[in-house]
Amino acid sequence: MGILDHAFLKSLWVFHLATGSCNNCDIEILDCFTPRHDIERFGMQLTGSIKHADVLLVTGAVNRQCIPRLKRIYEQMPNPRLVVAIGECALSRGVFVHSYNCPLPLDHVIPVDVYIPGCPPRPEAIIAGLIKLIEQKKNPKDQPQA
Amino acid sequence: MPRTILPIGPYHPLQEEPEFFILTLEGETVVDIDLRIGYNHRGIEKLAERQAYDQITFVVERICGICSTSHPFAYTQAVEDLLSIEAPPRAQYIRTIVAEGERMHSHLLWLGLAGHFLGYNTIWMWCWKLREEILDVMEILSGNRNNYAMFKVGGVWRDIREEDIPVVMKKIDSIIPTLEKLHKAVMDDPVIHARTKGIGVLSKEAAIDYCTVGPTARASGVARDIRKDCPYGVYDQLEWNMIVTHNGDVFDKVAIRIGEMFESIKIIRTCLSQLPGGDIECLVKNIPPGEGIGHIEAPRGECFHYVRSDGTNRPVRHKIRAPTFMNLPTFKETVVGGAIPDAAIVLAAIDPCYCCTERISVRDTKGQTVYSGEDLIKLSQKKTEQIKADMGR
Repeated sequence: MGILDHAFLKSLWVFHLATGSCNNCDIEILDCFTPRHDIERFGMQLTGSIKHADVLLVTGAVNRQCIPRLKRIYEQMPNPRLVVAIGECALSRGVFVHSYNCPLPLDHVIPVDVYIPGCPPRPEAIIAGLIKLIEQKKNPKDQPQA
Repeated sequence: MPRTILPIGPYHPLQEEPEFFILTLEGETVVDIDLRIGYNHRGIEKLAERQAYDQITFVVERICGICSTSHPFAYTQAVEDLLSIEAPPRAQYIRTIVAEGERMHSHLLWLGLAGHFLGYNTIWMWCWKLREEILDVMEILSGNRNNYAMFKVGGVWRDIREEDIPVVMKKIDSIIPTLEKLHKAVMDDPVIHARTKGIGVLSKEAAIDYCTVGPTARASGVARDIRKDCPYGVYDQLEWNMIVTHNGDVFDKVAIRIGEMFESIKIIRTCLSQLPGGDIECLVKNIPPGEGIGHIEAPRGECFHYVRSDGTNRPVRHKIRAPTFMNLPTFKETVVGGAIPDAAIVLAAIDPCYCCTERISVRDTKGQTVYSGEDLIKLSQKKTEQIKADMGR
């Protein structure tokens, strides 16, 4: 692991993107940054601009109006970039799977590195998912346990 | 003076949800505002029409993560109105407890975000730390942190266990001192006074003209609360006050929400101490043809559901009107005339919830016109004539 990767994994800055979610996952993400869960101890910080971000946290059943914007935001992200799908909607569209406005699951639109299931996932689950992502990037040979 | 257009969104760091504001500026003054939504539309009304009545409570729960009690509550009220039944008293008490717990966590969440919008992250951290305690209470009562899944047509899914009541009471008592501290800190803070007093004023006349609901209306002196005006649950059997203030600025909206949290604590404590025994659900047989309405006071205002049945196990029409839908147009009154730095907090002051609001979609794609009822009748008559001609009559 080079020095750049080492520094990268020590301070992941996250950008939060809601693509037609119900607010629940978004609030649980924000909850991670508040005193009880305090994800900042792992060097993660919420950033205001996608151009400063290393990790894209996507929530919501991707709807038609969001797809082009989601792609554009993903393209604006600097490399190396990681994408985390949070919540049942982002994984498989959840209860909205039959909706006329949610044509594709997230991983058909942009590549996804980590999937965190739950409706909504607890803040602990979100933190565990992000830590697994860091561990896996540190030791790429160790495949995560299924 | 030349006019500038300032876009905010759709993905903006200060916004939880995607929405797009277009502010027209003259210097630093906002002279016009326009709003584009649709980034959250998931077609829930249509989805509800293909689900059975019992399944819809779970779909409407996912309209909004913050109002995840209000929508099932209003929906079950609507179906019970259609069936002309009432849930048993114990179920009514449990529903009221869950609804008030939700109001507390929603108001704390808003208060925290309001602090964040003002650049006052201390308040954000304090409020959300306190909110965790309420989420713990909700987890004890319902088993879930956010989507409680308590409501069913004719009652509730899950009973409150007797041994949980003292634990919950103790937790709620421990919240009060912190909440009082927070109340004093917010009300005495000169920075908050400077940033919110006299900002984004909505007069009483304007509040009535725009048909505002909930805390937005009550902050402008319009004493409207569905819990008092058209009681549901057990609100008519309890002692509590409706908080009304008269200035209509952002500070009053903060004050109203803090006051309501204390009332909510009072209601939860009374409900838990008076919780009657008995069943938690009543038997629901076939749904007859007909229609029903249900409206309740969500944390943001009146939440309205309409259900029409044709006698099958699925509704023919399910209409939802969320409180933010009524409060959004007041931006024309409150943001216009103010300065840009105030726009962020004024836009947040009505506690907007876009995922609740985005129910309606009118589509007019590339050259295709949307037909009106008359056009459709004309088309239908034309087709009948055509068929008649083809059949040689």
